[in-house]
Amino acid sequence: MIAIGFEGSANKLGIGIIKDDEILSNVRHTYITPPGEGFLPRETAQHHREHILPILKKALSDAKLELKDVDVICYTKGPGMGAPLNVAALVARTVAQMFNKPIVAVNHCVGHIEMGRLITKSDNPIVLYVSGGNTQVIAYSQQRYRIFGETIDIAVGNCLDRFARLLNLSNDPSPGYNIEQLAKKGEKLATLPYVVKGMDVSFSGILSHAESQYEAWINEGYTKEDLCFTLQETVFAMLIEITERAMAHVGSKEVLIVGGVGCNERLQQMMGVMCEERGAKLYATDERFCIDNGVMIAVAGLLQFRADKCRGTPWTKTNVVQRFRTDDVYVSWRDD
Amino acid sequence: MTYTIPESTLIAQGAEARLYKGTYLGKSVLIKERFEKNYRHPTLDTRLTKERIKAEARALVKAKSAGVATPTIYLVDYNRRSIFMEYIENSTTLKAFIDEHISKKNDVKDLIENIASALGKVVAQLHAVCIVHGDLTTSNILLKDSDKLLTSQPSSDVSDQFIAIDFGLAKTESTSEDAAVDLYVLERSLSSAHAELPDLFKIIYRSYQKHFKNNSRLKEIIAKYEDVKARGRKRTMVG
Repeated sequence: MIAIGFEGSANKLGIGIIKDDEILSNVRHTYITPPGEGFLPRETAQHHREHILPILKKALSDAKLELKDVDVICYTKGPGMGAPLNVAALVARTVAQMFNKPIVAVNHCVGHIEMGRLITKSDNPIVLYVSGGNTQVIAYSQQRYRIFGETIDIAVGNCLDRFARLLNLSNDPSPGYNIEQLAKKGEKLATLPYVVKGMDVSFSGILSHAESQYEAWINEGYTKEDLCFTLQETVFAMLIEITERAMAHVGSKEVLIVGGVGCNERLQQMMGVMCEERGAKLYATDERFCIDNGVMIAVAGLLQFRADKCRGTPWTKTNVVQRFRTDDVYVSWRDD
Repeated sequence: MTYTIPESTLIAQGAEARLYKGTYLGKSVLIKERFEKNYRHPTLDTRLTKERIKAEARALVKAKSAGVATPTIYLVDYNRRSIFMEYIENSTTLKAFIDEHISKKNDVKDLIENIASALGKVVAQLHAVCIVHGDLTTSNILLKDSDKLLTSQPSSDVSDQFIAIDFGLAKTESTSEDAAVDLYVLERSLSSAHAELPDLFKIIYRSYQKHFKNNSRLKEIIAKYEDVKARGRKRTMVG
């Protein structure tokens, strides 16, 4: 069975095509803003509108397919920014109508999880989902991906993005990537708040602290490299800590990292150390799959479609929603 | 000071600490060692460990004086990254008790009411003296003589059988916001650890409000709690 996935919930626009478990194409275009600026809904939607048809064409030609060969159209229903979500949803609905194909609405977060499970062949891992919009520690239980721990304010990726703006770093290819490269050359650890509350974390205080201390740090001789190093060491340690707590809590021996921040190699390395000490196994993917993409939506959508006896989402429910929690989704396709 | 700990045996390893059972000054003790976390930068690790040992020791003592049962501390040793405390005999965690005697059982309404009310009272007692636990879960409450609970009368106060433990993330000088987050953390942990008992938090929260003596502060905490929950919901704005 062939599925196509449309993803445009944030600044990445992606379309991917799969045939059962095999990836046929995975095309993505990222809206990159100037240094010091974040991406806003209107401009991001504009970017998506400009690029979605060329991306669709490329995804089809890479897969050597035409739209009539596709069995099911999948798109991101949410969570995400309204205007960009709408662009992908509109094109998905149009294609579904034109070719009379069933359509499936997919939760973005569940897309990350299912894609990660497929790529890494991990069975029932604790999932650390870290991106610009989400920070969650997730474990599967009784037909739901349950959120054990999460941020109580901003996402870790948002914290990194805004820190990059503070340092006026480039957003190309992504602010997080540039922080990661600078951090490799950092040596001195500055003091930042470390905020773990139970299995939850908080990043907004860290960001405000960094903003207020920035000049003082520079005057004390800390370099940008040191500050990137400090930020990564601090926030990643918090993430590993809550992941480890969740593992201890449910007795799990597998961890899967997904989401855009998940391709950070230092984060993967720290998680690896923790896993080794617990006799657990780490599963991670690279930027092709960690970062938002269309394949993940096709993967989760196809699972959902099959479990739902190939019925697809009713036409009237093929809207988008900005808020859509991971644990709102009934996971009909798992039987464990 | 030099001392040796005869025959200490590892009894459990959590995410943060190893627990040993041993003897110290003739008493049966639990030694909680916060071992080094190699994934963390050593400077950060040392700082956090010290902070947490200190926070835990302070909170254990302060909670006790506020009427909440906690293990008695015998020794705090930064070099060994350890706290030596009273070993509580015949205890079980509240989580294990709920899993064994409440989940998927019938006719347990009164029992749920009793234990949830007791937990609400304990949390109110802590918050009343500005202690927030920082990691309120049913795994961090021990029950003494838990069998007695099974025969307790409806609406009886069983909080004297509750022992609060694991104060590593505690604060002893907290704000209303901290207390609100503490409640939120508890609510969230219940919804994942005891998903089959969706009303648990409601009963705890009701009892919490009933036992919280300072009305103006309680109002503040309730308002903050609503804030924290709302902030939580916004979290899913962007994919």
